Amino acid sequence: MGENRIILAHGGGGALTRELIEDTLVPLLGGSPAGLSDGAAVPGVEGLVFTTDSFVVKPLFFRGGDIGSLSVHGTINDLAVCGAEPLALSMALIIEEGLDLGLLKRVIESAAAAARACGVRIITGDTKVVARGEADQLFITTAGIGRRLIQPDPRNLHEGDRVLLSGSIAEHGVAVMSDREGIAFETPVRSDSASVWPLVRALIDGGIEVHAMRDPTRGGLAACCVELAEDSGVGIILEEAAIPIRPEVRVACEALGLDPLTTANEGKFVAFVPDRDAVGAVEILRRIPGGRAAAIVGTVTRRRSVAVSLKTRWGAERVVDMPYGEDLPRIC
Amino acid sequence: MCLAMPAQIVEITGRRAQVTLLGNVRQADLSLLEGAEVGDWVLVHAGFAIERLSQEDARQTLELLAAIDDHAGTAV
Amino acid sequence: MIARPIRIMEVCGTHTHAIGRSGLRSLMPPNIELVSGPGCPVCVTSQSDIERILILARRPGLTLCTFGDMVRVPGLTSSLERERSAGADIRVVYSAMEALELAGREDGREVVFLAVGFETTSPGVASLILQADHQGVANLSFFISHKLIVPAMEAVLQGGSRIDGFLAPGHVSVIIGPEAYEGLAIRYSVPCVVTGFEPADVLEAIVMLLDCIVEGRPGSFVQYARAVKPGGNRRAWEMLTRVFDITDAEWRGLGVIPRSGLTLKPAFTRFDAAERYPLPEMPSVQPPGCRCGDVLRGLIHPPECPLFRQECTPRNPVGPCMVSSEGSCAARYTYG
Repeated sequence: MGENRIILAHGGGGALTRELIEDTLVPLLGGSPAGLSDGAAVPGVEGLVFTTDSFVVKPLFFRGGDIGSLSVHGTINDLAVCGAEPLALSMALIIEEGLDLGLLKRVIESAAAAARACGVRIITGDTKVVARGEADQLFITTAGIGRRLIQPDPRNLHEGDRVLLSGSIAEHGVAVMSDREGIAFETPVRSDSASVWPLVRALIDGGIEVHAMRDPTRGGLAACCVELAEDSGVGIILEEAAIPIRPEVRVACEALGLDPLTTANEGKFVAFVPDRDAVGAVEILRRIPGGRAAAIVGTVTRRRSVAVSLKTRWGAERVVDMPYGEDLPRIC
Repeated sequence: MCLAMPAQIVEITGRRAQVTLLGNVRQADLSLLEGAEVGDWVLVHAGFAIERLSQEDARQTLELLAAIDDHAGTAV
Repeated sequence: MIARPIRIMEVCGTHTHAIGRSGLRSLMPPNIELVSGPGCPVCVTSQSDIERILILARRPGLTLCTFGDMVRVPGLTSSLERERSAGADIRVVYSAMEALELAGREDGREVVFLAVGFETTSPGVASLILQADHQGVANLSFFISHKLIVPAMEAVLQGGSRIDGFLAPGHVSVIIGPEAYEGLAIRYSVPCVVTGFEPADVLEAIVMLLDCIVEGRPGSFVQYARAVKPGGNRRAWEMLTRVFDITDAEWRGLGVIPRSGLTLKPAFTRFDAAERYPLPEMPSVQPPGCRCGDVLRGLIHPPECPLFRQECTPRNPVGPCMVSSEGSCAARYTYG
């Protein structure tokens, strides 16, 4: 069955998103795929990185964050994983008629506070209002500009590199999903929405040779690793026992039918470093708030028939596929 | 098939209960059980409590969950 | 020490999953074969039912509530996912309770709950129907596709598949009790062990089963004693029999199995979506080349299906065995 309409999964950050971008959007825009993920170099200007992201999270306020702070952290993180120091952001709002003004103020206050805490200014923006029913409360698009300090590249994974994860997974996805209408599921799990720039900066300052980085947002750790493995033409083996996940998050994923590997994170990043730098890099991260649970979670191998696999606790190896793009809670 | 999870009853209102596991709280319908009380452990499937678990049974399950996390060695 | 080949079948998708992710298959000696059976309710929903569900989904003014696993099951030309993108109101729920709550909140809409699942799930649905009846809810109905597991186990044995022992489902047995397998075990000389879901449970159950097979002790035994009690949950079973009658049902790949499905008793006809809305009889048409049926019977392993990993992958599933993560083919694809 071919797709002639956009389905929800096209926005899931998984296989369908990638296909939509590579097979339809990029050819029409006449650009190269590398430029459409994370951040892009600005043509004709040395050392500048430019990125954009849209935020349609629901509900607008969730445990551990809100659409405002998320929109700031998300774009800052895109710049950070390009090895660029975030300099400034733009913010465009699409507001549904009828949105409570007090709520809008809370969102913007939160965005401003997040930006201040990150030392980044929001220097330009736009505001549109559409009729009731034509947008779900509020959508935010942020774009960011940064100064490149190092040049990680998704095609730069080497056999033997170690996979570093800056902290525990699946928290943002759980926090947001648990607030969905009708579920009546309360969880102590809070979104991990945060800037990863201080952690990335520490690696750069520590002289760690970073081959590639990415933030595992939609599609989770799985999507992140599959994309990078494919871009570099290598394989990746992840160690299940090494991947940090809080017990209450694991339980919540079970209850919500989520796979932690494909669940979104908004305050974490993955870095690929040479084996000799790996232990030192983890030590650097663990000294910084937000990096206390950093861990080496895998290794880059030669390209195999399967791009990414996971060694389970029991020693079996399981395929890690690009997630389809929509979290379908299981009961069975 | 049949994902079912153990959870402890913290509050009962009529036939509905709030049940909790490791801080996660959800609703469960108790109509398939007789005499379930606050503090009891139950097995929950698709929003319904299908069996009571003894403290010992629940403890065993929690131990299995904890063993997984010890093994992961993550101090978060 | 057993030398002859032994085939053990597990009839529960969650067991398929547990065995896959823990790699137990690779720990088995070469003469012991673990085979997956028809224990995935999504997988065994008939093609005919799937087409009728899609017709329901397209009705204007109707909200279809479903468990997540059903959303991507492919019909002949569509799926619930595609219907949603074309405008159908399809909501994923974790419990039938949510459908009742939704019906109460949105009394202008007709709400239908897609009732799929084995004996673990159907008593809860029965309880909910009793509640809806008591409350006089007028805008809620149910598409009943519930099935019973023991008749399917019998159909597998009658279908020519050589099975030496069963790992019996853990949570179904919480409801029906371990005695439910005794008749089958004795008639066909096939021991059954009711098994829990941790890899340690499965290993222990396999050892118990091998003991029974070697000693020639057919019968039903319990490994998962933490949750499964003698007699099962009688109250749950009574609620089920108050609301449902047992009827013949069509299982994808296994054909019609006598007395293997549930249907609403006449007193509850107004809650039957198949009575409330005009739904034509749809034939069950198997996609060409699909061998889900043989996989479900344990006659072949997933890699023996010509479509496995070729046209049929978790990304582009041809048959339900690949769609649901509990399906044999999806599990084999992911875990090898």
